[in-house]
Amino acid sequence: MYGRTVDNPWLSLDYLRRSGDEVWAHLVIHTSLTLQAMLIAVAIALPLAMLARRSRRLSGPILGITGVLYTVPSFALFALLAPFTGIGRTTVLIGLVAYALLVLVRNTLVGLQGVDPDVVDAARGLGYSPTRLLLTVELPNALPSIVAGLRIATVSTVALVTVGVVVGYGGLGQLMFRGMQSNYRAQIATSSLLCLALALVLDLAIVALAAWAMPWTRGSRARRRRRGRARVEEAAA
Amino acid sequence: MSTVSDAWDYLTDPESWTGSHGMFGTNLDGSLRFQQDSIIALTLEHLYMSIAAVGIAAALALPLGLWLGHVRRGGGVTTVISNTSRAMPTLALLTLFSASAIGFGNRAVIIAAAIFAFPPILTNTFTGMAGVDADVREAAFGQGMTRLQVALRVELPLAVPLIAAGMRTSTTQTVATVPLAALVAGGGLGVIINTGVATQRYGQVLAGGLLIAALCLAIDQLLARAQRAVTPRPLRTGAPVAA
Repeated sequence: MYGRTVDNPWLSLDYLRRSGDEVWAHLVIHTSLTLQAMLIAVAIALPLAMLARRSRRLSGPILGITGVLYTVPSFALFALLAPFTGIGRTTVLIGLVAYALLVLVRNTLVGLQGVDPDVVDAARGLGYSPTRLLLTVELPNALPSIVAGLRIATVSTVALVTVGVVVGYGGLGQLMFRGMQSNYRAQIATSSLLCLALALVLDLAIVALAAWAMPWTRGSRARRRRRGRARVEEAAA
Repeated sequence: MSTVSDAWDYLTDPESWTGSHGMFGTNLDGSLRFQQDSIIALTLEHLYMSIAAVGIAAALALPLGLWLGHVRRGGGVTTVISNTSRAMPTLALLTLFSASAIGFGNRAVIIAAAIFAFPPILTNTFTGMAGVDADVREAAFGQGMTRLQVALRVELPLAVPLIAAGMRTSTTQTVATVPLAALVAGGGLGVIINTGVATQRYGQVLAGGLLIAALCLAIDQLLARAQRAVTPRPLRTGAPVAA
């Protein structure tokens, strides 16, 4: 067959040298699309989760609707949106946000519900207003769960962007698809690896950001133990 | 809103369901061919591909998960597998397979879908088996049960709710993944969307999206019932969480 006689390596520096600009452009699209989707999703999910936390009547529908959005495959969701929002970035963006919502809302809700009621009571006893309670006590306590949801949602979003191919805007997926059509293995493999790398980098970035935002979870276990022991000794003295 | 009425016309036309040349035909090599212009045939093809993928995944993941969970080792490995599979775009695997010796079409899709169906089953089976109360295990061993008996008669029944949850997650996800087959010259309901986009018939695209969404929600509901049915009543409180 034709493809066998021509050298068609999976990895080639030659490809990067020749199409580096194009690869870079798609990587930028992929990254910006992911970040934009996550920002919007967080902006919607946090208030939704707080609403669901406040009112038992709303929590059923909120979790139900986000659950349905999550079950509908992204491929179908893009197809449902495309006739109305057109071919391109907006459609993909809406789909990505819809998909990330469930994980974010559920994890935020779980985090908020997991806050120690004694802590909330203590803050209320100190005269905290509901808003101050939420911002300075409940949200920081729910942060680990929110961050866990954010990591899952971000990593899946990076992978989902590629499905945008169906409406002609799939970031690196566009390169995979074209590589497949022209049987260009280096193009497929390069864009696939970049996708994985992007997911990894964003995941690590969130972990780093979370460590910075939650200084109380930072530090090695040994150091924490040492600090704990020092405190015990202090108390004993 | 002509798109909506186009979608309605497409869905109410009997020929879109049965196809213009019947639902089935034969390929050049004599194998069964699902006609690509019939919703019924495409749905059947969709289900066949999904079942094949989940079947392959379950045949590998269930025994492995049972064994790892029983010896309570490999928790880290299962976590890494499930995290990596989340980061791996389905399209990447599909296109990689299509450009490799596996080639275009349904085979590449079934293998790729099986790879993505594997982690939820493995993780949940492992968690279910490894999560069995150590005292229960001790008691079973103390009664003189062999390792195999403990695994199959004590741990497995207690792990069934989580295993069922894993099978449900994996199946729903597979039914949702198979539409991508249309992008690599495979079959299934995704074909309707892909053809619609290619020919700029957005009514058909909308109809295809609705059909796939309906199929996924229906399958999820069906499996939720099945999951409930195989879960012993005392274990039903608090739906098992499957990530």
